[in-house]
Amino acid sequence: MSTLTEAPPPLAPEAPEPKPPKRRGRWTPYWLLLPGILWLLVFFALPMIYQASTSVQTGSLEEGYKVTWHFATYWDALSAYWPQFVRSVLYAGTATILCLLLGYPLAYLIAFRAGRWRNLIMILVIAPFFTSFLIRTLAWKTILADGGPLVGALDTLHVLDVTNWLGWTAGDRVLATPLAVVCGLTYNFLPFMILPLYTSLERIDGRLHEAAGDLYARPWTTFRKVTFPLSMPGVVSGTLLTFIPATGDYVNADLLGSTDTRMVGNVIQTQFLRVLDYPTAAALSFILMAAILLMVTLYIRRSGTEDLV
Amino acid sequence: MTNQTDPTGDVRLTGISKTYGAFTAVHPLDLTVPQGSFFALLGASGCGKTTTLRMIAGLEEPSAGTVSLGGQDVTALPPYKRPVNTVFQSYALFPHLDIFENVAFGLRRRGLKSVKKQVGEMLDLVQLGEQARKKPHQLSGGQQQRVAVARALINHPKVLLLDEPLGALDLKLRRQMQLELKRIQTEVGITFIHVTHDQEEAMTMADTVAVMNAGRVEQLGSPADLYENPRTTFVANFLGTSNFIEAEVDSRSGEEIVLKAGGGKLVLPEARCSAPAATGGKVLVGVRPEKISLTHADDAGEIPDGRNRITGRIADSSFIGVSTQYVVDSPVCPDFEVYAQNIDRDPRLVPGAEVVLHWNPAHTFGLDAAQDADAGVEEAA
Amino acid sequence: MPFVNWLKRNLVVIAGLLTLGYLLLPNVIVTVFSFNKPKGRFNYEWQQFSLDAWKDPCGVSDLCGSLSVSLQIAFWATLGATLLGTLIAFALVRYRFRARGAVNSLIFLPMAMPEVVMAASLLTLFLNMGAQLGFWTILIAHIMFCLSFVVTAVKARVMSMDPKLEEAARDLYAGPFQTFVRVTLPIAAPGIAAGALLAFALSFDDFIITNFNAGSTVTFPMFVWGSAQRGTPVQINVIGTTMFVVAVLLVLASMVVGNRRNRHKA
Repeated sequence: MSTLTEAPPPLAPEAPEPKPPKRRGRWTPYWLLLPGILWLLVFFALPMIYQASTSVQTGSLEEGYKVTWHFATYWDALSAYWPQFVRSVLYAGTATILCLLLGYPLAYLIAFRAGRWRNLIMILVIAPFFTSFLIRTLAWKTILADGGPLVGALDTLHVLDVTNWLGWTAGDRVLATPLAVVCGLTYNFLPFMILPLYTSLERIDGRLHEAAGDLYARPWTTFRKVTFPLSMPGVVSGTLLTFIPATGDYVNADLLGSTDTRMVGNVIQTQFLRVLDYPTAAALSFILMAAILLMVTLYIRRSGTEDLV
Repeated sequence: MTNQTDPTGDVRLTGISKTYGAFTAVHPLDLTVPQGSFFALLGASGCGKTTTLRMIAGLEEPSAGTVSLGGQDVTALPPYKRPVNTVFQSYALFPHLDIFENVAFGLRRRGLKSVKKQVGEMLDLVQLGEQARKKPHQLSGGQQQRVAVARALINHPKVLLLDEPLGALDLKLRRQMQLELKRIQTEVGITFIHVTHDQEEAMTMADTVAVMNAGRVEQLGSPADLYENPRTTFVANFLGTSNFIEAEVDSRSGEEIVLKAGGGKLVLPEARCSAPAATGGKVLVGVRPEKISLTHADDAGEIPDGRNRITGRIADSSFIGVSTQYVVDSPVCPDFEVYAQNIDRDPRLVPGAEVVLHWNPAHTFGLDAAQDADAGVEEAA
Repeated sequence: MPFVNWLKRNLVVIAGLLTLGYLLLPNVIVTVFSFNKPKGRFNYEWQQFSLDAWKDPCGVSDLCGSLSVSLQIAFWATLGATLLGTLIAFALVRYRFRARGAVNSLIFLPMAMPEVVMAASLLTLFLNMGAQLGFWTILIAHIMFCLSFVVTAVKARVMSMDPKLEEAARDLYAGPFQTFVRVTLPIAAPGIAAGALLAFALSFDDFIITNFNAGSTVTFPMFVWGSAQRGTPVQINVIGTTMFVVAVLLVLASMVVGNRRNRHKA
């Protein structure tokens, strides 16, 4: 072992250095945080404040707006647009439940039953993201087209009779009805349900299923008592990731719906970009934000999952 | 292989301590590890042994005291400027680098350009020449462990620190690696400081063992010395098994102390008593299970004179091949353990049998009675 | 009964595959209709097979221009959000500091906010500041909403990293900078890459926030939105199909390369 007999290279300086300060790098985290946090403060938090202030302004586009603490805007906006609010929550809620019902089996399939197909199915779930969601939403216009094969089949099977009775469709049309909008919302946000569900299911030790089976649980009982409770974090974050963007969405209602399916997003968009009634638009946006934060907080409290970040 | 004899190669810790808020991990500690020795810090988890090691490595800043290496004070040096290298508990091999680059890491950081020859030789030393281009996760636990040793040793550190390096290996591999590490240490002649909670490992490998408990060194010495002459019940129980009898000092005669326990008398060599033994005072009398002979009460007359003896009844016996382990219920000690070699097994020695336990007084040791006789029993288990 | 039993055992598989079909059906339609030759301005009804659009993907005015704008914005937004987000993630995992809770909330909130709210409030800010809406305002907005996703992705990776690895590097003569470059960064790289990929996809596909803050600049999603009102050219489907195929091929290729490398080294 000649290498070990060679003199070791000099390592330490002759004289010991002065003791480093006890709390070296005390400011490092703040420097690391500074640019990103500043960005969020200026372009996320500050706009919220501007929006709050805009919502209590009065005036007109020509003469300019002034803060007059005109809270009546809120009342006016609510009384004029409460149907759109209710509709948003209803559509988004239905879409979220549908996403959970549709997404759970697929997430379960990928996590436990896919075997060597797992990666391929994962790719197929994620890949549609790369085709612009607007193009894919437009494809639903073709799928749900009047007199198309799908609508024809639904008509023949008398499904449309049921949905007509429920008020989800009108006549022999699906397009431009609530059903079309909910169908589009469900489709668009389904991956946001599947991915967190899969993540939490994948963490479950497969031996737990065997243990449950060993302890006389039937497959359905195993699912109810073991698998589902353990996947709760995925269910909670999946439902949030679906419900929140679905509530504020206006693309599906616009492309697949009609004037009778307008959601609150559509109203905010129109007020801001077409009517240019900024105070009303800001008030509506503020109400939407407050409502969602309230619902999310209550939901997280109830489901007991605080650590979502 | 010649040793790098450096007269001032000792590791010297002076009054070193570490506190975290109100918790003291290491009480002020003085320790000298001689150049070229294989030194073990032995103790249960949380006893401060790893903290001590990390302070030598520079990964932990001592709250007080100094660390010096070969006469140079390195207390203020960051780890990357200390001529010390560590083999980490879970090896901490860089997962993104192959074995060759893992081993070359230290050399490259010090600006060496041509590392190929050195790395090749070092990998040969740990018998991993063939695996140079594999990633760490492709190796077995034992191989990863050897890479970790090679990665540290290639830098010719003055001291190699090993933090429970064998903890993740199974028993058989652990035995093998113990011998391997010992071989490497003899070959390279570098000081090894080895942290472990496994008393057998410490005793097999180290020249000197320091037994630590609750942030203090309880006793320091050669493995045989620690085993034969424990000075506290913790050391006596943590290294192997000990039986204790609480006894009263009856008289002293020459080199011997005579003690009263139950109805009988026991003799203890004065040199082996670490407690102050004033007449009438209490002493814990200790004896190791394998030093004791077991004789059926019917044959008590055949026991030679001059041996310490106590009586009892066998409560339990378990045959484990090389020996039979008995638990004896005695008036002076409720579960006396006796290990009898299986040479001539007396068929009468079954649970319930009345027996006499006897041993050479020279194998008796005396400890201060003011301590818990069971200290260290839990930790050793 | 064997069929009923088989059905019972594979019910979840059948349901899962049906969902997968639901997810992929629109992509099939997009692909099929990229070979259509529509009669009117809208490409919603099948007429006859044609390769016209594939032969001339930029044949519609402004389409490829908008694609280029989207790619540029996505590139810079990815760069900015990845850089800022990685710094935040390291600060959150590696250091203790005051206001940690507030920082966590500030990162969580953009993900828990409907896009339309962020879009509208950002527009009020820009209007109040008198900012010229366009490329820069879109970029600012995209970095803002991609940031949180990058932080989450990088944080997960850095958290699962063994701190002993950095100690080992320091023990082996690597100073703080060397430790970061040689050990920390390479090991955190998959998390940073995942965050960057997510940021790129989010930015490239964003419509709502862009629509509010774009002024007269047209990104690819805005072009599609506009065409939904004016008439949908087949070229949209060509580009959608191409992106889908390229994405799948890239992922498959990276998997094959990864597998081969592992096998080669084993």
